Amino acid sequence: MSELSNQLEKLSYQAQELSNQANNIASTLMESSNDHGDFLVFGFTVLILACFVGYYVVWSVTPALHSPLMGVTNAISSVIIVGALLAAGPIDSSLSKIFGLIAVTLAAVNIFGGFVVTNRMLSMFKKKQ
Amino acid sequence: MSNISSVLYLISAVLFILSLRGLSHPTTARRGNFYGMLGMAIAIGTTVASPGVLSYKEIVIAFAIGGLIGSTIALKIQMTALPQLVAAFHSLVGLAAVFVAGSAFYNPGAFDIGSVGAIPTGSLIEMAVGTAIGAVTFTGSIIAFGKLQGIVTGNPLVFKGQHFINLLLGLTIIGLIVKFCLVQTPEYFWLIVLASFAIGFLLILPIGGADMPVIVSMLNSYSGWAAAGIGFTLSNNLLIITGALVGSSGAILSYIMCKGMNRSFFNVLLGGFGGEQAAASSGEKDERQPKQGNAADAAFMMKNCSSVIIVPGYGMAVAQAQHALREMGDILKKEGVEVRYAIHPVAGRMPGHMNVLLAEANVPYDEVLELDEINRDFSSTDVAFVIGANDVTNPAAKTDKTSAIYGMPILDVENAGQVFFIKRGMASGYAGVQNELFFRDNTLMLFGDAKKVCEDVIKGLEN
Repeated sequence: MSELSNQLEKLSYQAQELSNQANNIASTLMESSNDHGDFLVFGFTVLILACFVGYYVVWSVTPALHSPLMGVTNAISSVIIVGALLAAGPIDSSLSKIFGLIAVTLAAVNIFGGFVVTNRMLSMFKKKQ
Repeated sequence: MSNISSVLYLISAVLFILSLRGLSHPTTARRGNFYGMLGMAIAIGTTVASPGVLSYKEIVIAFAIGGLIGSTIALKIQMTALPQLVAAFHSLVGLAAVFVAGSAFYNPGAFDIGSVGAIPTGSLIEMAVGTAIGAVTFTGSIIAFGKLQGIVTGNPLVFKGQHFINLLLGLTIIGLIVKFCLVQTPEYFWLIVLASFAIGFLLILPIGGADMPVIVSMLNSYSGWAAAGIGFTLSNNLLIITGALVGSSGAILSYIMCKGMNRSFFNVLLGGFGGEQAAASSGEKDERQPKQGNAADAAFMMKNCSSVIIVPGYGMAVAQAQHALREMGDILKKEGVEVRYAIHPVAGRMPGHMNVLLAEANVPYDEVLELDEINRDFSSTDVAFVIGANDVTNPAAKTDKTSAIYGMPILDVENAGQVFFIKRGMASGYAGVQNELFFRDNTLMLFGDAKKVCEDVIKGLEN
């Protein structure tokens, strides 16, 4: 009886060991899948799919609004500001941070300029009274 | 935390898609623009809230300066100067991409891509490609801006061995990128930037002013690809999605513009089309004399007909004639004449340029029609009023196989009962081709500045 309980204990110990190992493998797998090389493939998938979305959405834009389309795309391409903010983020000053701040300024010109000018254009399009 | 920000980035990407979707109709377009702003606000907010971003004060100052400059310019700019404004804005995206890549190179830690001197090769390639595209966009857009603003000559600037130099530069950039990935030193980063600056400059210089719609669209596309490139460096899907949207939008617009001229994209990019050169080579002088009319004739005729189609072109934008033109249209409408506007895809200096100018002058958008919608109606129209357009009305494009514009889709104005052609002089259009239309029996030339002629017609109508 006690032998059985001993064995059971052993078994449970082994099971725990196994689960620990599985855990370790899983976390290393997780780590490697967060690795940059894997993002490249994932990023490409996203890029290609987004190109298809862009293709269909842009073809549905009426030719009369092609100028505002350029205004909007110009504004949203300044989403690059995400990178600029990360670069400008650190407290300590460095060359990298200065670059980041310049990029924030440039992108901000574009964001405001792009959306405001598009809004101006669009507010002029009126229907026949 | 990172999951929450990923979801927020996704929301902002979806909002960007919706903002483009809104542009499918003028009634939903303003809502679309609002979605775009919302998406951008979410993207910025999410990034600022991320743990790596701490220097709020500097960021707010930089952002406020940029925002102030951007809004001021956008509010003050004249609508006729829109093409150069868009070109200038593209250059900023390009330059921002260069700076972001540069700062990623100097401080890779902030972007989670290793440490100085030990950046993974994949990230280096993405960084270098993003930098190169950004730099080309920057100088290319500057030249396009200069050409549209009239600072740089609108004529194509061609010199011997140009394409060879461009090819050499392109290969140099590839070589520099390889070397940069191997040694990871700042010198090579800046050499890539310089070489790309040079190629952007040389690529756009030989391209003539009227091809700028294609070029502005192309640079629009590049600024998107630059953003996507930076997106790979940051492992950020939002940048990749947005970059792809903008990139494909610009590419489609260039395609539409090229198709409107029946030229291949490559042909435009090679440059040297149009301008004085082509005009000189077009050969024999034309001895024929066109029939000339005056504004009073035009006013009398239009007042007493039942339908008029107005064909505006870049000349209308230059003369700022859109307001006078609309006034003329209004008087005609009051007289019971049906007035419509026909827009060629490549009219003006950017896609949709004419539509915006007419909208600015309060012309309702449902009176403004595209080539496919209106071309059949010219034969049942009494008067075609061509103002500031030239090559896009040349019937030689349909018949003369030797013409430089053969095969280009044109507005069939010659089918109208009477054509009034407003023009400053007899100079040929951008393609350097004489317009057959001038010598047709049903064409009357009205020489003079587009705005002045419109005002004279208005006077004639009021008498």
